[in-house]
Amino acid sequence: MSEQTITPAAPAAAPAPAPKRSVALPGFLSGSTLLRHLVLAVLAGVLLFLLTQQLDPFRNFQLATVAAYLCATAGLTLLVGMNGQLSLGHGALMAVGAYTVALAQNAFADKGITGNQVLPLSLALGVLVTMAAGAVIGLAAARLRGPYLAGVTLAVAVAVPAATVTFDETFNSEQGLSVAVEPPPLSLGLYFPNERWQAWVALTGALLTMLLLANLVRSRVGRNLRAVRDDEVAARLAGIHVGRTQVLAFVVSAASAGLGGGLMALLAQSVSPGAFSLTLSLFLLMAVVIGGLGSLSGAVWGAVLLVALPDLTHDSAQLVSLSPAVAQRLEGNLPLAVFGLTLIVVMIAAPGGVQGLLRRIGARVRRRAPAR
Amino acid sequence: MDRFVFLTFDGLSKGAVLAAFALALVLIWRAARIVNFAQGAMAVAAAYAGYSVTSATGSYWLGFAAALVGGLLIGVVVERAVMRFVDHSSPLSEVIVALGLVLVVQAVLGMVYGNEFLPAGTPFSRNALSVGDVPLLSRYDLFVFGAVLLVLLGLALLFTRTSVGLRMRASAFAPEVSRLLGVNVGGMLTLGWALASAVGALAALLVIPTELGLHPHAMDLVFVSAFTAAVVGGLDSPPGAVVGGLTVGLILSYVSGYLGSDVTPMAVLVLLLAVLLVRPGGLFSSTVARQA
Repeated sequence: MSEQTITPAAPAAAPAPAPKRSVALPGFLSGSTLLRHLVLAVLAGVLLFLLTQQLDPFRNFQLATVAAYLCATAGLTLLVGMNGQLSLGHGALMAVGAYTVALAQNAFADKGITGNQVLPLSLALGVLVTMAAGAVIGLAAARLRGPYLAGVTLAVAVAVPAATVTFDETFNSEQGLSVAVEPPPLSLGLYFPNERWQAWVALTGALLTMLLLANLVRSRVGRNLRAVRDDEVAARLAGIHVGRTQVLAFVVSAASAGLGGGLMALLAQSVSPGAFSLTLSLFLLMAVVIGGLGSLSGAVWGAVLLVALPDLTHDSAQLVSLSPAVAQRLEGNLPLAVFGLTLIVVMIAAPGGVQGLLRRIGARVRRRAPAR
Repeated sequence: MDRFVFLTFDGLSKGAVLAAFALALVLIWRAARIVNFAQGAMAVAAAYAGYSVTSATGSYWLGFAAALVGGLLIGVVVERAVMRFVDHSSPLSEVIVALGLVLVVQAVLGMVYGNEFLPAGTPFSRNALSVGDVPLLSRYDLFVFGAVLLVLLGLALLFTRTSVGLRMRASAFAPEVSRLLGVNVGGMLTLGWALASAVGALAALLVIPTELGLHPHAMDLVFVSAFTAAVVGGLDSPPGAVVGGLTVGLILSYVSGYLGSDVTPMAVLVLLLAVLLVRPGGLFSSTVARQA
C-alpha cells in the first residue's frame, strides 16, 4: 500500500500502476489486486484467529477495541489522507452508528428475535444510517475547503452528543442506553469466553473494512480520490466529477466509522454521549496522523496506538508513587497530553507518521544491503 | 413580550462576547491565514491563570489583568514555539497542529486544576436592572459591553492610526515587500498572535461566569459559536466579526430561550451550514472568490 502521487491528467481508465513491494510476490498474486488483498486478508485472519486463542480475555478485549477503532481510522485515512478532506466529526459519526446498533439490538431483543442473523443485521443497519448521515454532511462538505470544512465538522462533533439530550425519550440523555447483546453461540461451547467472541466479531468487521477499502484505494475510484486531493482543477479537466468524488469519499468514510461505532457499542454493551465526545473525534484524527496519512497501514498503527497509549501511560504513571489525588488527575489527562504532544511533534518533524518512518527505514536498509 | 425583550438584551450581551472571540479568530486569519482552532483552549488557559491570581490575592481586577497578560504570553509562546514551524503548504497541517495544542492545553489544565467546574466570580452583580417592570440588563452585562467596545475601539485605532498597525497590515498583505522595506514581518506575526490571544482571553473571562464555570472544556461550544460568527461576517472582516457575533448571540439566545438550551449546539450547526451553503464568503466578504 505504498503512497503514489497520480498525475491527475492521466486518463482515468489507465491500468493500475504496479505497486512497489519489498517482497517479491508470485506472478499470479501481483497480477490481480483483489486476489492479493484476499490472500492477505485470509492470512491476517488466520494469524489473528490463532492470536485470539492465545490471549487472555483482557487482551482479547483490547484486540477487539483496536479492531473497532481500526474501522473508523481506516475510513478517516481514506477521507483525510487519500481525498484531502478534513473531518473533525468522525467521533459523532461513530456515535450515529453506535446508537443505531444499540436501538436495533434492543428492538430485536424486545421482539424476542434471536439468532445468528441479528448481529450482522443491526450492524448493517448502523452502517446504512451512518452512510445517510455521512451523505448529508458530505454534500455540504463537498462545497467547503480547508478551515471551513474543519469548522463544520467540528460543529457536528459538538452537536451530535447534545442531540442525545434533546431527544432524550429515544436516547436517554447523558445516561445513554444499554445494549442487549446475546452471549456467544452455544455451538462454540458452554464456557466460551465472551471476550474472544467479541474479538472475533470485531476483527471480522475490521478485516472486511480493510479489504474493501484497500481494493477501493487501488481501484479507479481510489485514483480519482487522490487526483482530487492533489489538484482539483486538473482532476476536473481529466473528466473527474470533483463534487461527486468528495461526497463518495465522505459516504464511504462514514460507513466505516458507523461500523466502528456499532462494534464499540457491542463491545461496551452500552452507549452514552460521553463516549463519543469531541475528544474522541480529535483522537481519531490524531491516530491517523500519527499512524501515517499516506496509507491504510497507517490506520492500523493509529488504532493500535489509541488502545496502547492510555495503557502505557497508565502503567508508567504507576511506576512513580503518587498521592491518590494527583494520580486521579493524571489518570485521564496524561494520555491526552502525550497524544497532543505526539501529534504536534509528528506533524512538524515527521509528517509521514509511523508508516512513513518505517518506509524510510526500510528503504535505507535496502539501499545499504547491496553495498555490503 | 417581556421575555422577548429580556432575551434580546441577553443575546446582545452574549453576542458582544462572541464578537470579541470571533475578532480574535479574524485577527489571526488576517495575519497568518490560519483559523486558530486552539483559540478556545488558549483562552481557557489564560482564564485559569486569572483564576489563580484572583484566588491568591482576592482581587478580581488583579486576576483580570493577569489573564490578559497571560493571554498575550500564551499567544507569543504558541506562535514562536509551535506555529512558526508548521508546514504552511497544506491548510490541513495547521488545523491538525492546532488541535494537538487543544489536547495538550486541556490535558495540562486538567492535571493542574482538575476536571471539575470551578466557580468564577464577577466584579458586578448579575441581577438584571429593571426599567419599569421589565428586567433588561445587569450591571455585569454593561461591563461586558463596555469592555468589548473598548477593545474594538483600541484595535481599530491600533490598526488604522498607528505605525505598528500599518506595519502589521503590510506584513499580512505583502510579507515579501514588507520585509524588503524593513518591516520585521516575523515580529508582526508574533504580535498579531499575542493580540488575538489576549482578546480571546478577555472573551473567555467575560463569558465563563455566565456559563457553568471554569472548566478545561468551557470554551468548546463558545469556540464553535464564535467560528460561526466569524464565518457569518466573513473571516476577513473585523466589522463583520462584530456584526456576526451579535447576530449569532441573538439567534442563540432566542433558540435557548424558546426551545431549550440543549438545542443550542444543533442551532449553531444549522446556522453555520446555512451560511456556508448560501453565502460562503460571509456577509461582509470583500474578496470575490474564496481561496482557502
